[in-house]
Amino acid sequence: MSEVFDVLVNQPFFAGMTDEQVRAVAKSAALVSFDEGSVIFVEGGPARYTYLILEGDVALTLRTQEHGSKIIQTLHRGEFVGWSWMYPPYRWNFDANVQTDVKAVQFDGPKLKKISLADPELGYTMMRRFTEVIVNRMQALRIQLLDVYSTFR
Amino acid sequence: MRPTARRILSVERELPDTYTLEIEPPGSDWSFLPGQYTMLYAFGIGEVPISISGDPSDATRIVQTIRAAGAVTDALVAKVPGDFVGLRGPYGTAWDTKAGEGRDVLIIAGGIGLAPVRPLVLDVLNHRDRYGNVTLLYGARSPRDLLFADQLQEWRGRFDLEVLITVDQAEQTWRGPVGVVTSLIGRSSFDPDAAVAYVCGPEVMMRFTIQELERKGFSDDRLYVSMERNMKCGIGLCGHCQLGRFFICKDGPVMTCAQMAGSCWIREV
Ligand SMILES: Cc1cc2nc3c(=O)[nH]c(=O)nc-3n(C[C@H](O)[C@H](O)[C@H](O)COP(=O)(O)OP(=O)(O)OC[C@H]3O[C@@H](n4cnc5c(N)ncnc54)[C@H](O)[C@@H]3O)c2cc1C
Ligand code: FES
Repeated sequence: MSEVFDVLVNQPFFAGMTDEQVRAVAKSAALVSFDEGSVIFVEGGPARYTYLILEGDVALTLRTQEHGSKIIQTLHRGEFVGWSWMYPPYRWNFDANVQTDVKAVQFDGPKLKKISLADPELGYTMMRRFTEVIVNRMQALRIQLLDVYSTFR
Repeated sequence: MRPTARRILSVERELPDTYTLEIEPPGSDWSFLPGQYTMLYAFGIGEVPISISGDPSDATRIVQTIRAAGAVTDALVAKVPGDFVGLRGPYGTAWDTKAGEGRDVLIIAGGIGLAPVRPLVLDVLNHRDRYGNVTLLYGARSPRDLLFADQLQEWRGRFDLEVLITVDQAEQTWRGPVGVVTSLIGRSSFDPDAAVAYVCGPEVMMRFTIQELERKGFSDDRLYVSMERNMKCGIGLCGHCQLGRFFICKDGPVMTCAQMAGSCWIREV
């Protein structure tokens, strides 16, 4: 538990939060690792956790009938993987494949929600930070979808 | 103002729609600065601005990388060695390499935008001891669309240059990053309070990149972009390339964001 705290306080995502707040969040967290080539979660599976990558690379892939498996996005050190734990139906929308050995902090979604409800100020702080990550990622995805490098004809 | 007829020395296919032409220079004293362009004339069809993509220290040939996008560029990429093109220039402003001396350098390119920054990368590498950390971030559509793939591979092998590449879409066999080029910014090593950034690519990619660099702490006088607008005369006479109070053909294409002061958000007319 204190090992997780030591890791979290050094992550930019938690910068500016009090030790007490980080300690509370750490109660929902555990250190995990995944080997290259393994799968963290698969599309359609129950979504309980979110992961903050400490080391390594993760590819989010989508399987389609027409195009086979496509990598939608890769995520790296300092980035979160997985938002589907937040809202029903709590199922993953993608596969998360490990490109290179991963060390991560795994947060238990239901526990994190409970902690947030018990301390709404902490809950709001976490939600604001998560939203910022999600909005930035959505804006980046919009540019990616524009296919800006193609010849328009 | 009149183009001179120059012989094409070689034509190399880079990608299905993109070719590199080597053209005989007009004279032994011909030279250019990284970031400059020439007006290339396909006889009887038309004239277009094309950046110079070769090594500025090699005056024996003018290297230009062209993507077939319409009538003139189609005609240019269909040329074979021995054919002639009309050439004017070099024109336009250059990447300000002096501004990067003694600092970390971040070069960010998207798609065909790697062509106009290649002379900059080569120039920086030719004088490597003048700079701090040098990083090239490159975004392409897919692994199949990486321009100058062999050279990128060679550059990645250097210990004094960090090269990070991302693509917008990839099969599962791709081992590298997938995502917009800005997602690489956080993974590279530079001092945002002192580094200089040079950015070239589609305008929307440059706008997005500028926002991200500003968020990281870059001031707009250390952010260089290459603006590509439709051109006719190339020498500030016709007004075709006007962007706000600038004529991109002579005030640009390379400008700082401080100079432009918001002009890069103005749409082409
Ligand atoms: C300073 C400068 C440097 C350039 N460097 C290169 C280069 O190194 N390699 C390269 O392949 N192209 C480069 N371009 C773009 C190139 O000039 C255009 O692709 C070309 O003018 C298109 O002419 P066209 O007759 O073949 O096609 P057109 O039929 O005239 O146009 C085809 C499509 O290209 C678009 N287009 C036309 N002119 C431009 C332009 N100036 N910029 C962007 N899109 C344009 C049109 O809107 C249209 O969608 C550069 C442009 C500028 C201004
Ligand atoms: S192209 Fe004529 S003024 Fe710039």
